[in-house]
Amino acid sequence: MIDLKNIYKTFNKGKANQVDAIRGVDLFITEKEFLVIVGSNGSGKTTLLNLIAGAVFPSSGTVHIYGNDVTRLPDYKRSEWIARVFQNPLSGTAPDLSILDNFRLAAIRTKSKGLSIGINEPFRKSVKEKIAMLGMGLENKIEQPMGTLSGGQRQALTLLMSIMDTCKVLLLDEPTAALDPRSAEVVMKTADKLTTEFGLTTILISHNLKEAFTYGNRIIQMVEGKIIKDLNKQDKASLKQNDIFDWFG
Amino acid sequence: MDFYLTALLQGFCFSAIALGIYISMKIFNIPDITTDGSYTLGGSITAVLLTHHLSALVIVPTVIVAGALAGATTGFLHTKLKINPLLSGILVMYALYSVNLSIMGRSNIPLINFSSVFTWVNISANPNHNNFWILLLFTVIITLIIGYLLKTDFGIAMRATGNSESMIRALGVNTDRMKIIGLALANAMTALSGSLFAQLQDFADISMGIGIVITGLGSVIIAESLINWLKINSVWLSLALVIFGAIIFQIVLAVTLSIGIDATYLKLVMALFVVIVVSLPLLSFKSSS
Repeated sequence: MIDLKNIYKTFNKGKANQVDAIRGVDLFITEKEFLVIVGSNGSGKTTLLNLIAGAVFPSSGTVHIYGNDVTRLPDYKRSEWIARVFQNPLSGTAPDLSILDNFRLAAIRTKSKGLSIGINEPFRKSVKEKIAMLGMGLENKIEQPMGTLSGGQRQALTLLMSIMDTCKVLLLDEPTAALDPRSAEVVMKTADKLTTEFGLTTILISHNLKEAFTYGNRIIQMVEGKIIKDLNKQDKASLKQNDIFDWFG
Repeated sequence: MDFYLTALLQGFCFSAIALGIYISMKIFNIPDITTDGSYTLGGSITAVLLTHHLSALVIVPTVIVAGALAGATTGFLHTKLKINPLLSGILVMYALYSVNLSIMGRSNIPLINFSSVFTWVNISANPNHNNFWILLLFTVIITLIIGYLLKTDFGIAMRATGNSESMIRALGVNTDRMKIIGLALANAMTALSGSLFAQLQDFADISMGIGIVITGLGSVIIAESLINWLKINSVWLSLALVIFGAIIFQIVLAVTLSIGIDATYLKLVMALFVVIVVSLPLLSFKSSS
């Protein structure tokens, strides 16, 4: 369903600081796949994710989502399919807006933001029910500004926000990098649960090899803008945690 | 008493500009200096249309559209041509000087003996009281409109644009378009203030807008200090405090004059006042910790 063909991406072309971030990537991601991308810093993981999200456009090559050519479609127009969780827990939510306002925006991600008041009692109730799923006791704090919560709480809510509206693809860019181990586990378990329950296609970038080992049913390794390892479900299942560690040797 | 009533009337006149600055500065996080130009734009258009004996039903929409165009231009320069927002505003304000001068044809138009929005309705025999009721009504109406707007789905998206741009783009909002609309709205409000003030003072002047952005900023900063201090989350209360800020700012101005400070130092004193209001929360935190 997500089809990247012969992708190249060069930043600052022709200048002294030219960076060839992606050098010829072909990647086909099937529906309901939970793909994990590993690779060292600067290997092009985030650029690849940005290309799928539409935050950057490829220098050459094409991107298709559900058969639609979205190569030149900006990020806000791809939100019809894609929800995104950022590395920084602060960028996925608006800190000065209440939890409820944040969820309202998430609930109309694929719809137009019109001139009517959308926050009513049934909506309030459905948000509370969803938040109760996390088991963090946040369901009684929905009027509080998002900024008053901890990074882990915000990241968990960001994940939950992504399934408020029809969502097909979940992009997770090191969602737990800034979190303590406990919060990280809550966030990853929530991501895993949502992926299975809502039949999402999830793409996770992680530097945490334990996470990369534990979650997902396909793993790829990137080095210098290329995919050098691609393991499917069976191969990944037979993998040991130390094997992934050795990839970086 | 009349002295303070005048200050109150001016405060109401500036409630629209304060709400405009609240939108551009607090909601969109854009320091918008177009204000100085669009304020005069509102005044000059009003003066010309009044001298042609046109009714408020024509003047108000024209002023709103003109202000919105000025704001949208700044928004366009900033989002599409990637010019720094402060510079975009300065450029448009600078250009508007010529526009305003050409609209008025000269640097000053007196409006005495022309009917205006204040002679439209006669609620009280005392003209000051009459003005008070009209301005109060006007302030209530625009506050209700802006308050409603901010509560809608569109309004939440607007608030999120200035707060977390990456998030709101991921949620399917064209932030460039949102900023252009926001600046248009802010400057439409500003132009409305200019229009009202020209009618209240019975003249429009090419230099009436110079430094007016400080009036708006001062009002918003007073409001913001109170919002932070009282930990207010409600949209309605925040807007009410912005209006309150606009009035307080004018009253401080009036007091400053009444205690005999030389008018030459007025702007210096007001700048100091804004500095004090901004630094008050900081100073009180220091003493408590």
